[in-house]
Amino acid sequence: MTNAISEITTDAELMFLIGTNTTEAHPVTGYKMRQAARRGCKLVVCDPRHIDLVDEADYWLRQKPGTDIPLINGLMHIIIKEGLEDKKFIEERTENYEALKATVENYPPEYVEELTGIPVDVLYDVARLYATTDRAMIFYTLGITEHICGTRNVMSLANLAMLTGHMGRAGVGVCPIRGQNNVQGACDMGALPNVYQGYQNVALPAVKEKFEKAWGRPMPDKIGLKIPEMFEAAHEGSVKAMYILGENPVLTDPNSHHIRGGLEALEFLVVQELFLTETAEYADVVLPAASFAECDGTFSNTERRVQRVRKAIEPIPGRANWQTICEMVSRMGYPLNYESPREIWDEMASLAPSMAGINYDRLEELGSLQWPCPTTDHPGTQFMHVGKFTRGLGLFQPSDHIPPGEMPDEEYPFLLSTGRILQHYNVTTPYSKGIMSVWDKEMAELNPADAEKMGVKTGDKLKVTSRRGEVVTAIRVTDRVMPGIIWMSFHYSETPTNALTSHHLDPMTGTGEYKVCAVKLEKI
Amino acid sequence: MELIKITIDGKEVEVPAGTTIMNAADSVGINIPRLCYDPDLSALGACRLCVVEVKGNRLLPASCVTPVFPGMVVNTNSPAVVEARKTILELLVANHPLDCMTCDKLGNCKLADYCYQYGVKESPFVGEKHEYAIDDTNPFILRDLNKCILCGACVRACEEMTGQDNLSYLNRGFHRKATTAGDVDYIDSDCVFCGQCVAVCPTGALQEKTMVGQGRRWEIERVRTTCPFCGTGCNFDLAVKNGKIIGVLSNPDSTVNQRSLCVKGRFGWDFIYNEKRLTTPLIKKNGKFEEASWDEAFDLIAQRFGEIKAQYGSESFAALSSARCTNEENYLVQKFTRAVMGNNNVDHCART
Repeated sequence: MTNAISEITTDAELMFLIGTNTTEAHPVTGYKMRQAARRGCKLVVCDPRHIDLVDEADYWLRQKPGTDIPLINGLMHIIIKEGLEDKKFIEERTENYEALKATVENYPPEYVEELTGIPVDVLYDVARLYATTDRAMIFYTLGITEHICGTRNVMSLANLAMLTGHMGRAGVGVCPIRGQNNVQGACDMGALPNVYQGYQNVALPAVKEKFEKAWGRPMPDKIGLKIPEMFEAAHEGSVKAMYILGENPVLTDPNSHHIRGGLEALEFLVVQELFLTETAEYADVVLPAASFAECDGTFSNTERRVQRVRKAIEPIPGRANWQTICEMVSRMGYPLNYESPREIWDEMASLAPSMAGINYDRLEELGSLQWPCPTTDHPGTQFMHVGKFTRGLGLFQPSDHIPPGEMPDEEYPFLLSTGRILQHYNVTTPYSKGIMSVWDKEMAELNPADAEKMGVKTGDKLKVTSRRGEVVTAIRVTDRVMPGIIWMSFHYSETPTNALTSHHLDPMTGTGEYKVCAVKLEKI
Repeated sequence: MELIKITIDGKEVEVPAGTTIMNAADSVGINIPRLCYDPDLSALGACRLCVVEVKGNRLLPASCVTPVFPGMVVNTNSPAVVEARKTILELLVANHPLDCMTCDKLGNCKLADYCYQYGVKESPFVGEKHEYAIDDTNPFILRDLNKCILCGACVRACEEMTGQDNLSYLNRGFHRKATTAGDVDYIDSDCVFCGQCVAVCPTGALQEKTMVGQGRRWEIERVRTTCPFCGTGCNFDLAVKNGKIIGVLSNPDSTVNQRSLCVKGRFGWDFIYNEKRLTTPLIKKNGKFEEASWDEAFDLIAQRFGEIKAQYGSESFAALSSARCTNEENYLVQKFTRAVMGNNNVDHCART
């Protein structure tokens, strides 16, 4: 996030939500949005589903799935036509504006209504509201990124914020509310194929040299494989061995049959996990992992806030995860002799300028720190891009409409979209007996009109089939979803929804198009 | 901002206009007893325990809702005030089970603390008592309205913290109760089981069900940590007794969330003790997992990773790190992949 969660409560005059069901996927952030809306902060919700926050919203833009770019372009079209753009910000802080203008010229409101289903007058209202509200924050999550055009969706939102000068202050910005507890931190730590910790590019000679000196080994400068490419390479036979820590791609990655095939093809697989998961079943060696309550360390939340994780009980398998990894690596002839996670952090921070000012003593004293925090007297950074962007000028990157990779047709007439529900978190909470005693199975959402046509009611079971797989699910009949759409979560191993999801990926990030694919439904 | 000078217990205090007597007293470290007041919730003035004496006022105003005026002279502990508080407590316990010796909230029960402070052992008022059925039909929250003192903190928390609006007041007078629409059990209501009502309840009326019978409050060690579920980054305390986690308690000084949590953060922690947890390394032999020692597992991994790298080259290895694990663990995994396996094939589920 460019900005901080607290600004929802203290600064925002308008929240523009697109593709985020915040009260379910990020409940506490969602509570704050509700509180803000009730104190008079305007709320715009763009979502094909009737999510809870729709009931608090001033405007609900129920776009057809996969039409976010035309929607955002349409808003920018109106803003420019009405002269509501921030000319000073565009002039001083950005480049490539003419290209943006030329692209969005082609998205007049009538055309956008046709593509998105959002009425022209609503487009005008929301465009004017966003452009003329001084402190307007954009929030998005996977409803924006889990599309074939996910990166382009994000760029379009950045275009919208820059066009109206909503950057570099409190109460503005582009705020992706990140999914997992430490997805921000895993990226920050360089668990990515192209960067070291602090986003230092592996291909840069100076960076390579720095890490060779620090770690005493020659460093690879070829960009590595992204997850989907890893499984592709396993299929092809170029990747032979894998180590997987605390992830269950068989349930969580799209098109899971393909993942299973990749895992099967490996010569050697090590999985470090809490449970014998669907992924761990493929392993040659399974190392038992310790839970968050059994390890010291840190997580970094969606607003770049580093916070402590503290060991409350002894590790159930007898070793904390960092100890297991260190021992495994040491046996391979590369001794890792850390005394504690604090030492690991200190080494990491000494190599990552943006986090160099964060250490355990400061976290103990202050509770948390938001990077960038370059020195130990730096207070941390609540909001970013003040005065200038990381790259200097903000680059407008206009996009045209990119339809989803697979849309319903005669054979597969329903559109499947997926996401999280309030009561579960990915594939960990199904191991909570308390939670499972109440919310124990998938309840796919189906519109009453479709249910009537099919002669099914809440609690009935359907077989859902896509070109890639089939699952059985119970349904809940609800107008939260539009006719022609079935919506499912992916939490339950008995209904592994990702057996169905699309094989289409965003070409830049490799993110799967979880939000749109075509399925057929059969009553069973 | 206009500043107003007043005197509290003989101490001169200067506070902004509009400040309540209670907040003015707080600002100079004078603690006035309170049950319904909560700094994170709107002021209600319901319990009357915070009454004080104000010079020139025949009545004893509730300090949590009474703003200061210039020259105000306040006595927070006069004989009349003490007598009034005692009577209020006696009225409260007249209709409150005195089963404190087995109540799990003791040690964190404000009602018990104040009764102790004011020497209220029992009530001289004898009359009808509530006999509400205990709501234990959900796995998370135990609701015993017989212990409710109608402070309304739960109603306000549900509305003002979570925005769920699931609780309100039903009936009047003796029959008044803070409950769900239609007075149904939590499980049958619109409750989202965030547990904010439990976090603010000053008595044993609302309790974490998992903690019942697990330990007295003063035996519990609290370990501050960060929630392992979504990316909001809520903090909470793991409640630990004898090396075992028995619950999650939220904390007003958590930076991001204060006392707010969701059903997963507050009640989903029990996955830790699921009997399916792996406790020993497993090695697959002839297609079946067999328990192994750590040494065997580490040696086999070192051998096979080494052989594969030697045979097929460093590009033949890939690592999946984890967005659920700590920064330190992620740092180690990417360092291992780059420095030992010699490639950049390291990724995690940020993109999937």
